[in-house]
Amino acid sequence: MLKEPSAIPGFGLAFGYTLFYLGLIVLLPLSALVLEAAGLGLDGILRIASEPRVYAALRISFGLAFAAAIIDSVFGLLIAWVLVRYSFPGRKVIDAAVDLPFALPTAVAGIALATLYAPTGWLGGLFAAYGIKIAFTPLGILIALIFVGLPFTVRTVQPLVAEVDREVEEASATLGASRRQTLLRVILPIFAPAILTGFALAFARAVSEYGSVIFIAGNLPFVSEIAPQLIVIKLEEFDYRGATGIALIMLTLSFAILLAINLIQAWSRRRLGGV
Amino acid sequence: MDIRIVGVSKAFGRTGALRGLDLEISAGELIALLGPSGSGKTTLLRVIAGLEFPDTGQVYFGNEDATGLAVQERQIGFVFQHYALFKHMTVFDNIAYGLRVRRRGTATEIAARVGELLELVQLTDFAARHPRQLSGGQRQRVALARALAVDPRVLLLDEPFGALDAKIRRDLRRWLRELHDRTGHTTVFVTHDQEEAIELADRVAILNGGRIEQVGTADDIYDRPATAFVMSFVGDTSAIPVGFDGHRPSFEGRAFDTCLLGPHRGPGLFYVRPRDVEVTAPEAAAITGKVRTVHRTATGLRTQISPGTTDTLIEIELDSSAKVKAGSQVGLRFLRGRLFGVRG
Repeated sequence: MLKEPSAIPGFGLAFGYTLFYLGLIVLLPLSALVLEAAGLGLDGILRIASEPRVYAALRISFGLAFAAAIIDSVFGLLIAWVLVRYSFPGRKVIDAAVDLPFALPTAVAGIALATLYAPTGWLGGLFAAYGIKIAFTPLGILIALIFVGLPFTVRTVQPLVAEVDREVEEASATLGASRRQTLLRVILPIFAPAILTGFALAFARAVSEYGSVIFIAGNLPFVSEIAPQLIVIKLEEFDYRGATGIALIMLTLSFAILLAINLIQAWSRRRLGGV
Repeated sequence: MDIRIVGVSKAFGRTGALRGLDLEISAGELIALLGPSGSGKTTLLRVIAGLEFPDTGQVYFGNEDATGLAVQERQIGFVFQHYALFKHMTVFDNIAYGLRVRRRGTATEIAARVGELLELVQLTDFAARHPRQLSGGQRQRVALARALAVDPRVLLLDEPFGALDAKIRRDLRRWLRELHDRTGHTTVFVTHDQEEAIELADRVAILNGGRIEQVGTADDIYDRPATAFVMSFVGDTSAIPVGFDGHRPSFEGRAFDTCLLGPHRGPGLFYVRPRDVEVTAPEAAAITGKVRTVHRTATGLRTQISPGTTDTLIEIELDSSAKVKAGSQVGLRFLRGRLFGVRG
């Protein structure tokens, strides 16, 4: 194995670094969290999870993150497609703008969105006229989560759109397939693994999002209070145990969901003929 | 199904423009579109397929005007240069695709048809594989089977052997010819390889600059080239500018004897094949030249000789035993050649 020419030196060394690095950066802080929460015992954690306010916050966090990731996946595919397939004036600018949600401090994004969608804001005012409230409701949270997740879904699909040959679409058309058939039977299956990756990243980002949400959410318990916000509240009340309990629940749920997505991905990759 | 292309023009195809092009393809024929890159041959193929639409002109499938028909409605089979297989599908699913999207028959009927096609392209054991697990030649045959599955009215192939190595190319060429003879599909293929066009096709259409220069059999094109372009594009040739004294062409004022082919008599360019030039002693010859280079080839020697004072070069093929040295002065005798007037 060591004799194979490889840019990164031998498996043993590389694997050692991988474990060390992952351990130091990812696992150490997380295990501190688990240790702290361990004091609660399984009972304690279940009790925290079944507190109505915590349960509501978790539902809001995960439910809205899921919805936001789905919306981002659809529009991410569309944006990636347009950016790769068409050339138009300003394409480079739009391409660069996609990354802005990465770069912007999330609090700035939150304040900007809250100002825009508040009943007195430009867009919020328009909707308010029809009796639709956006800021300070779950709808506002959803918009903030869509905003922060978008770059992930665009950037994961974009390279694949560039790679897939237009001839594949033409081949499908010559065989008699309509556009819809081509989209459903050829394009989407080819893009599925990348779309799933983008979905997983956007979802993970949305679950953990705090800065941009708290400004637009209104933070009403049972209505628009997200789980990270609840953690902060518990910390401010010096209830460290309770805070870590919620954190551990979030961590476990997130890990389970990401693992499931990874498994689905592996399965769909295998269907592509073993990448 | 015979196909007629009438006055087709296309300003900006993906590869080359077409300028008022006419072509008739008879039913059951295997025809090659041959030309240099940018000559419009791929654009023409795509126009027949319905992947590009002409700015002016008509495409007829039999008596039906197919010009406005979408690609899905034309019922053609198209084999792409890089095969464009669906890599997330097995070989079986790739071939079945056209039947499934057109809802041709039940699952059992489709399976039976795919089985036949797999047998036809000799890939029965590969039905469950994915394209990435196949060699180039096998992928090419899957692409062909997929195109044949829908009973195309015409089979169109874009540089079908372009991406394969020389040996597989020759095998597949022979195999495709046999397949054509067995199935009898009207077939049009694009190539830039003259050897391939001439070996495989019943007729060859030679394209240049978006127009057809000549359509004919291999003999027509080799022995009776219609234009200077065809003469120089198919087979090796050298050309020298000549005058004409009423009977004989002359190079730099010196008339020379030769057998003149073709109709043109007058000043222009004199085209000669490498095998139609003999090297003689310089004293007796009307045209003499200086040997510039001598290369050994698989079959003999290939030398470049510059006659007269200009930098014109003439290529000659000689036996490997010939005594010709670079830098020496030799006489040239042109056994036969063809005169073309300079266009424009």
